[in-house]
Amino acid sequence: MARILPRLIVLVCCAIASAGALVAFPAAQGRAAGTESASPPARRIVSLVPALTEMLFAIEAGGRVVGVSSFDTYPPEVKKLPKVGALLDPDTERILALRPDLVTMYGSQVDARLRFERAGIRTFAYRHAGIGGALAALRELGLVTGHRTQADTVVTRIQTRLDALRARVRNAPRVRVLLVFERTPQTLRNMYVSGGAGFLHEMLEAAGAINVFADIKQESVQPSHETLLSRAPDVILEVRARGLIKPEDAARERATWSALPSLPAVRTGRIHLLTGEQLVVPGPRLAEGADMMARAIHPELFR
Amino acid sequence: MSVGEAPRQETTTLADGIGSRGPAIRLTGAIRTRLAGTVLIFGTITLIVCVAAPLVGSTRISLIRAFDRSIPFTDNLDAQIFFIARLPRVLAGAIVGATLAAAGVVFQAMLRNPLATPFTLGVSAGASLGAMLAITLGASMSLGPLSPIPLASLAGASLAASVVYWLAKPSGRAMSTAILLLAGVTLNSFFSALIMFVQYVADFAQVFAAFRWLMGDLDIGGFEPIVAALPLVVAAFVMFAWLPSSLNLLSLGHDAAASRGVDVVRAQRLAFISGSLATSAAVSLAGPIGFVGIVVPHLVRLLVGVDHRLVLPASALFGAAFLVACDVLSRLLFSPVEIPIGVVTAMIGGPFFLWLLVRRG
Repeated sequence: MARILPRLIVLVCCAIASAGALVAFPAAQGRAAGTESASPPARRIVSLVPALTEMLFAIEAGGRVVGVSSFDTYPPEVKKLPKVGALLDPDTERILALRPDLVTMYGSQVDARLRFERAGIRTFAYRHAGIGGALAALRELGLVTGHRTQADTVVTRIQTRLDALRARVRNAPRVRVLLVFERTPQTLRNMYVSGGAGFLHEMLEAAGAINVFADIKQESVQPSHETLLSRAPDVILEVRARGLIKPEDAARERATWSALPSLPAVRTGRIHLLTGEQLVVPGPRLAEGADMMARAIHPELFR
Repeated sequence: MSVGEAPRQETTTLADGIGSRGPAIRLTGAIRTRLAGTVLIFGTITLIVCVAAPLVGSTRISLIRAFDRSIPFTDNLDAQIFFIARLPRVLAGAIVGATLAAAGVVFQAMLRNPLATPFTLGVSAGASLGAMLAITLGASMSLGPLSPIPLASLAGASLAASVVYWLAKPSGRAMSTAILLLAGVTLNSFFSALIMFVQYVADFAQVFAAFRWLMGDLDIGGFEPIVAALPLVVAAFVMFAWLPSSLNLLSLGHDAAASRGVDVVRAQRLAFISGSLATSAAVSLAGPIGFVGIVVPHLVRLLVGVDHRLVLPASALFGAAFLVACDVLSRLLFSPVEIPIGVVTAMIGGPFFLWLLVRRG
């Protein structure tokens, strides 16, 4: 067991990064290596992070994307593009063969980054860090692709939408919400919920909720049965990427919560299973995700 | 390394163990008194820890309210915290701690190796592979109170134990401890490789869930998982009751044991099956929690000597107290955030074990 631990730790760090249980990381993240505005805009881009792929398409640089990660599914255009591995297994040979002049990747892929820079390819490293981090990355991608105005438009659109949402829920009663993004099916074990940091927490607040774990300044928290009981959420939101909970299993998964009958959310039946990548990918669709959360938390405002 | 030589040095003191090969109940006078004293002392420690453990936690609860029957259970937060969040995990901790510590004693004696643990022969790696597969494939098969992941880990553990048993069993002769150890170590590596492969092809969220399972978890949130594991645990402990005297002699070597009338083949088989059964049940209930099975037996030997008729019951009792106490630490140290129980046992057990080695060396 000891021998596989280092390997597992690497896997887990990556999992943390991608599953939305995010490594805490300060301030704005995206940063293009080497020369910034002086170099010509990127023409052939390989994107190894789904959130960045979405951003490139959103700022109308999608036509320049020549390869994407094996986890990319959005927008639909990416399905036709070559898949070149992802966080753990970027396929250097295939990526080089696509002759990119920019590879966008996750901040933890240090080795891959050095490899591409040695080959004279620019890299753009990014780490998930709240809504602000996603907006900053959009702007910086605008700079390296020469699509600055489009990027500014997208950022403004997201901010406007979030502001409108905040305005809408401003006078609604504050609801105490538990946001779950992972647990073992049919049990309340192995659970990961949003703490008081990161994009999920910020989306939840924009949706007019009080995160019951806001005081724990981590992006993910593993609550025990005891802390779940004592935090007493009014509403439970479970968010998953598409397809992780099958619709036919949804009723059973909701019923799992009746093991904790004193939770206000269980008594009033306010347990919502939301699926959609916009909920768990900190990309240009995050305002839509926040909107989905708000509709579940404050249905009376959206009639 | 003197830890390993200890049983041999005290050969003479074991003399009164010879000839009483039946259940531990049939004992001569002197040992009966010592056993009663040992069980009394370790039992008291365990009882105190297990009674105190459900009283503490990240939340302050009122016991009077928790036991107030006039409040309906669904409205009684204190009762729910006590009966859903705390009592099941203390019970699970006691059962798993006792089982792993006792299995550790059995494997150390049977393999005549002080470094043996309940996980040495690949049972936990098999269980982990089963659990990984269940998590990755999103299995939803269940059997009575056994939910998918415990079920799959039990299946994996049985597979691993059967393979090792089949490899090391020449018909009618004793199993070679060298072959058992080598088979176990190889199977551990092989299953670890399969686990890595499964994780490599799995979804990130599943890898994360699976990795968390490997750290152990006693927060089982109800009594059903205990009910599911209990028949196996009871069966294992019934077999343990027949073992101590033959373990005393097995730990001296097969020839010595045989020359004093031990049916080595039968004793070995009983030790292997009961140890594997106990380990499988514990791992399926709470994941592979390390160090309990090695630290507790060695600590107990320091206190009560090497006679397995004392070491086995004392280790079971002390294992229960140790794991429940570690779980209290895991709940309280960074409350309300918890530290995985496997991390706590390793952080306490590792340095302690090194100290033990240095001190005795």
